[in-house]
Amino acid sequence: MIVAKGLTKRFGDVLAVDDLDLDVKSGEIFGFLGPNGAGKTTTIRMLSALISPTSGQAKVAGYEVGRDDNEIRRIAGILTESPGLYDRLSAERNLSFFAELHDVEDVAGQVERYLRLLGLWDRRGDVAATFSKGMRQKLAIARAMLHEPTVLFLDEPTAGLDPEMARLVREFIGELKDEGRTIFLSTHNLDEADRLCDRIAVVNTGLLALDTPEALRAKLYDRVVVVHLSAASPAYEKVVSEQPFVRSVELKDNKLVVGLDDPEKNNPELIRALVDAGADIQFVGELRRSLEEIYLRLVK
Amino acid sequence: MRKVWVIARKEWAEVFKNRFVLFTVVFMPLMMTALPLVILYTMGTTEEMAGFSTADMPASFADLCEGMSGETCGQYFIVSQFMLLFMLLPLAIPATFASYSIVGEKTTRTLEPVLATPVTTFELLAGKAVAAALPAIGATWLSFSIFSLGVAILTEGPGLLRQVTGPLWLFAIVVVGPLLAVASVSIAIMVSSRANDPRVAEQISMLVILPLLGLFFAQISGLIFINETMILWMAIGVTVLDVGLLAFATQLFQREAILTRWK
Ligand SMILES: Nc1ncnc2c1ncn2[C@@H]1O[C@H](COP(=O)(O)OP(=O)(O)OP(=O)(O)O)[C@@H](O)[C@H]1O
Ligand SMILES: [Mg+2]
Repeated sequence: MIVAKGLTKRFGDVLAVDDLDLDVKSGEIFGFLGPNGAGKTTTIRMLSALISPTSGQAKVAGYEVGRDDNEIRRIAGILTESPGLYDRLSAERNLSFFAELHDVEDVAGQVERYLRLLGLWDRRGDVAATFSKGMRQKLAIARAMLHEPTVLFLDEPTAGLDPEMARLVREFIGELKDEGRTIFLSTHNLDEADRLCDRIAVVNTGLLALDTPEALRAKLYDRVVVVHLSAASPAYEKVVSEQPFVRSVELKDNKLVVGLDDPEKNNPELIRALVDAGADIQFVGELRRSLEEIYLRLVK
Repeated sequence: MRKVWVIARKEWAEVFKNRFVLFTVVFMPLMMTALPLVILYTMGTTEEMAGFSTADMPASFADLCEGMSGETCGQYFIVSQFMLLFMLLPLAIPATFASYSIVGEKTTRTLEPVLATPVTTFELLAGKAVAAALPAIGATWLSFSIFSLGVAILTEGPGLLRQVTGPLWLFAIVVVGPLLAVASVSIAIMVSSRANDPRVAEQISMLVILPLLGLFFAQISGLIFINETMILWMAIGVTVLDVGLLAFATQLFQREAILTRWK
């Protein structure tokens, strides 16, 4: 749905995006992570035909950036980094203006639909200046949806929102995916990316990694199993370390932290060995690396 | 073309909520209409004008007074000064409107979502220009109509009215006025692309009225008098200027430049 090859953007001497290769599949939520100044906004601006690449190519839904810009603007929706609302205009007027710019047929209908979906219908007549940050963000999201885009670029949609509002927005993004839209999501919230995204790209000017959150975990870390014992003893640690499939083992309080190749296959054997050695096992669980750990390791 | 209107209507809904802009668009035309009428009225009610003769006026002007009484000619001389002042309106109003409209969008970063829609840069520029120029032209024409009506009521005989609604004035108001509005809009767009405060942009753009004020004072002091030939040359000059300014403003109004270089 979105393909980029060697996408590069320079601002004078500043290399903002360097030789980026991306391939976003139709209907997926694609996470775009990276530190401040990594070129996320710049990439989104290039892909949504707002600025032109210095070199490289990109296609959105088969339309080529730089050649079919107007078609891209027709089928794509963008939530810009700053909401950019007309403060003196009402919520409704803010939206109807954009619906008209997008040649939406039923302007009033679409405006109502998205004001209702985002819970702003009761405030439709109020000028945007009186809206809270969360309401402004929701209004900006509604604005991106009026022309029913098939591809959505969301630049930090939940930045600065309270947990409840952020959750609402996340759920809304999930619904958009269910409707079959492709979503390109830039965010600094790693937990959000982990839960929401099918695949994730980590960038810092250039591409650092691109895969599903699970595959990134597997690539960067061994899988780790934690065995809780009623009473720990160094003897158990020894028993575990003697197993051929164990890569590492560590005794922490009354827990054994064991690095394994393949827990599904190795766990039964591991547990049997421990029970045979007289260990009382309370729980066995897998230690999931947070995306944050993965991210920090990548961008370091 | 439909989108030019979509943008212009948005501009009107938004920018007229700004009291500075509203003040300029409403108050200036009111003043420009009331002032000459008040002067005419006072002139008509004082006796001094009776002794006025063509000899008291610059020679270049006296030629225009053929067939008028000394008094009418005197009134015409005074009122004539206001033709140039009427032309201040199409210069000042667009400069104010465009400054607020463009710098306003720049500081609130509202242009990026607009540029993400399938609107062409030409439509965007034209929408903003139309939004700034139309109220100015409308206000100028309306003020002038009220002024003409006042002249008809306040003066005796058709002499003065015939002059004021003659080809010279009509050409100035109907043709040169809109041409000036275009120049004013283009300059305001250029200035606004560099400025970060609408008031600063407005003040700098307002410098476009200087040449006109220059003409005004030159005429008051009898150095020149605006006649048909001169206004024709003025129209040609402003047209050429408009073409150049518009080309330059369009250059500045490129999608990418707006997003990345307008600071
Ligand atoms: N208009 C511009 N002119 C010059 N440099 C720019 C411009 N826009 C962006 N840059 C530079 O390009 C780089 C990438 O910026 P960008 O805004 O894309 O980062 P980002 O990943 O979106 O960061 P953040 O997480 O803070 O939003 C930065 O070094 C920035 O200074
Ligand atoms: Mg950014």
